Amino acid sequence: MTALLPEELTCRQVVEVITDYLERRMSLKDRTRFEQHVVTCVGCTSYLRQMKQAIALAGAAKDPVDAKAQDELLRLFRGWKEKK
Amino acid sequence: MDDRELVDALRAGDESAFLALVRAHHGSMLRVASMFVPSAAVAEEVVQETWLAVLKGLDGFEGRAPLKSWIFRVLANRARSRAQKEGRSSPFSEFEADDEPAVDGARFLPDDHDRWPGHWSAPPPQWAEERLLTQEMLQIAGVAIDALPPQQRQVIVLRDVEGQSSDDVCEALGVSEGNQRVLLHRARSKVRAVLERHFEEPRR
Repeated sequence: MTALLPEELTCRQVVEVITDYLERRMSLKDRTRFEQHVVTCVGCTSYLRQMKQAIALAGAAKDPVDAKAQDELLRLFRGWKEKK
Repeated sequence: MDDRELVDALRAGDESAFLALVRAHHGSMLRVASMFVPSAAVAEEVVQETWLAVLKGLDGFEGRAPLKSWIFRVLANRARSRAQKEGRSSPFSEFEADDEPAVDGARFLPDDHDRWPGHWSAPPPQWAEERLLTQEMLQIAGVAIDALPPQQRQVIVLRDVEGQSSDDVCEALGVSEGNQRVLLHRARSKVRAVLERHFEEPRR
């Protein structure tokens, strides 16, 4: 991967390439440029943290299974077990 | 329990192992299926069929990919063929480009600003962990995800809610890594923006 980012990133650019950074889809040079900006920028440090928090929150946001669906699936499981 | 132990427990007919698996994935499976097929009722059928197919296929599960990835691959295949029968095209047949910025442009100084070009004019504040990890914020995150455009929703559900790898998601959905990353970026940015709005509201 070659460098695609300018030497000095703006905050407006940081928020658009943050997923490439988190997904580790950046060249080493771009990674360094990104990190150099973030460590010296309070706003972007906070933004990066918020993105990580949003990801963690999504990971905890599972839909509960309703009781009826669960009963049906349990019946399905028992039926499968008997036929084995 | 790792995948191997879980598969062994399922093969042995362990109901609690099956219920744990259902609780972990059923909700996301419904979300994913509902994007392929026309109604919630059909989505439920597809998910039920998927569970049965998974049980029947357990003996052939080789553990090369994680169990959950395999389940969602079976689901996507079933949902796709069901959608075809119902005369619907796959939600990924056309890539929904969306070039909304991740953050409202008004939050930044102009790019020709003499001292701080493109810098935050209103930097985002820090979010307190104790406020973040509440039932209220979880619910808001869930609603924000459900409000996303279908492709973005599907990718964020598999990646961030289910915690699957990028490779597994690309394979299940038949989408390129680059497009998957763009969708994930849009989705995550929007969810963050929704959370931010709620953080800024005064506490009730």
